[in-house]
Amino acid sequence: MLNVDFAIGHFNVVAYVVLMMIGFYAMTGKTNLVKKLVGMNIFQWSIILFVVSLGAKHEATIPILQNDHSSPSGMETIIEVTHYVNPLPHVLMLTAIVVGVATTGVALALLLRIHKRYGTLEEDELLEKLRFTPPGATNQ
Amino acid sequence: MNEHQPAAPIFIIAVPLIVAFVLPVLGLWKREAVFPLALAALVGSFTASIVTTWTVLVHGPMEYYLGGWTPPWGIALYIDHLSALMLLLLGCITLIVAIYSKRSILHELPDKEVPFYSVFLLLVTGLVGIVSTADLFNLYVFLEISSLTSYALVSIGGGAAVVSAFRYVILGTVGAAFFLLSIGYLYSVTGSLNMADLYRILPDLYDSTTVLVGFAFFVIGISIKMALFPMHTWLPGAYSDAPSAVSALIAATTTKVAAYVLIRIMFFVFEPQFSIEIVFMTTLLGWMGAVAMILGSVMAIVQTDFKRMLAYSSVAQIGYIVLGVGLANAVGFTGSVLHLVNHAFMKGGLFLVAGAIVYRTGIREIQGFRNLSIRMPLTTATFTICAFAIIGIPPTGGFFSKLYLILGAIEAGNWIFVGVIVLSSVLALTYLTNVLRYMYFPEETAVEATGSSPISEAVTRREVPWTMLGPMLAIAAAIVLLGVFNGEIVDQFIKPATPTGLPR
Repeated sequence: MLNVDFAIGHFNVVAYVVLMMIGFYAMTGKTNLVKKLVGMNIFQWSIILFVVSLGAKHEATIPILQNDHSSPSGMETIIEVTHYVNPLPHVLMLTAIVVGVATTGVALALLLRIHKRYGTLEEDELLEKLRFTPPGATNQ
Repeated sequence: MNEHQPAAPIFIIAVPLIVAFVLPVLGLWKREAVFPLALAALVGSFTASIVTTWTVLVHGPMEYYLGGWTPPWGIALYIDHLSALMLLLLGCITLIVAIYSKRSILHELPDKEVPFYSVFLLLVTGLVGIVSTADLFNLYVFLEISSLTSYALVSIGGGAAVVSAFRYVILGTVGAAFFLLSIGYLYSVTGSLNMADLYRILPDLYDSTTVLVGFAFFVIGISIKMALFPMHTWLPGAYSDAPSAVSALIAATTTKVAAYVLIRIMFFVFEPQFSIEIVFMTTLLGWMGAVAMILGSVMAIVQTDFKRMLAYSSVAQIGYIVLGVGLANAVGFTGSVLHLVNHAFMKGGLFLVAGAIVYRTGIREIQGFRNLSIRMPLTTATFTICAFAIIGIPPTGGFFSKLYLILGAIEAGNWIFVGVIVLSSVLALTYLTNVLRYMYFPEETAVEATGSSPISEAVTRREVPWTMLGPMLAIAAAIVLLGVFNGEIVDQFIKPATPTGLPR
């Protein structure tokens, strides 16, 4: 199944999956809540990087028309879509980044309050302090 | 450019959004004005919802182009019968919970009403936005607005709730990230984000691996958001540790709206045949729903904490909704949507009751509920009606939605699902009658609870204030009305909303 040519041709996909798995490992494998948060961030940014890479095209330029409307030739220029990168994924990800920053902010605020109240950010110590064993929550 | 589009849909979203940012400023110099203004915003949004629903019922689905830009370039709001039903539901629930929260928040979170109502309105903005948008990415943004505000609301009480909220942040963000990834995949092959546009483009691409992977990521992401069984681990903690009003609000709205997103994208962005015949997603979801129904109920039985029991019951009820989607026929779809509406009311009502009991007695353990039928008769009566609805006793709404689900399962020829629905109802009967037993039969339960003979303690009637009792009674009335008028809801809203591709 491992196709090297395919992997090289789609290196953006490979890169995002690798980053995503690193994030996933940090979220599930680490007991420190800050590390979990870092993992969550890596997870998010991997997807953002991937979607940004979708807009990229080989040897394409920024999507701004060079000829202005006053020049007679500008009206006649045929716009080749392949000459310009697709700006829409970038714009979308700008919003997604804002969402990501907000999430990180909320999570950090929660961590501050946890630390203030319980004096620790290690999950096992925290569970001990909470004497809290939810029947359903085995992992996470 | 469309100059004469009716403006009602935009007010549904804009009113709570704007007022949410006005409230903190207003709170600086006039705290008493915060609650009335928040209530006015909710009433305004609800009124716009009613106007929109009326238009939809008379003239059919309506669109609103933001800034006058037509799709696929501009972002559109699209309100059909399903969205209209959800808008009415959200309007009712948020208004009821807001009235209830006045006293409850004063009691549980003194000095926090300004941030509470501000975030409350933002949550409402996110929820109504999800329901009315016609743009996938816009849906993601609204989903994150509603999730972020849920995290904040869950953690607002401090203590153990903050830890639960952190779990919720991590899992909720993973869900949202999968959803975003799915949008990226779908965009990369279709070049569009408008739902109607995707519905047109996608059928030619059903063989594409990218579309299949995108769809799979979507289902995983939204399953986390709606706490479908193996992905439900954030839910019990978040629901049971949050302040009472927040539990009721979140339990009644966020997971229901996530279920709406599942229905919307499975049946209105992809064609129903795609999920039924090409990826067999409906079969998978049906079984996952069945497992959630049984295991959620079983875990609810073993809980001693009232709110935690209700939270696990929610996991089971989400199973019903997903099972209805998984039946993949029109009757099952009707049952699913009807159960979605019913469950919002009954679980909202149950959490309001839990909050009222905590408000008056401070008791959360079910064993402590002795004599409650004498101390708080109306609260107990509300609990009884909500419990009957969850079990599915006529004439409450829960009976009819389960009836539709069973009929759908029979039509699908899946007798195991029929058995699962009945079994899960029996399990619900078990855990809810246990609570009723403590409430109504103090003599019988006194021995097991305290190990001593019945104590003739002085029991006086002491109900919660009317601003809390009124909303609870309104929900109890709504549950009965939903049962009595279920035919109207099905004919007016669900029949026109049933996707054309589903076998009837």
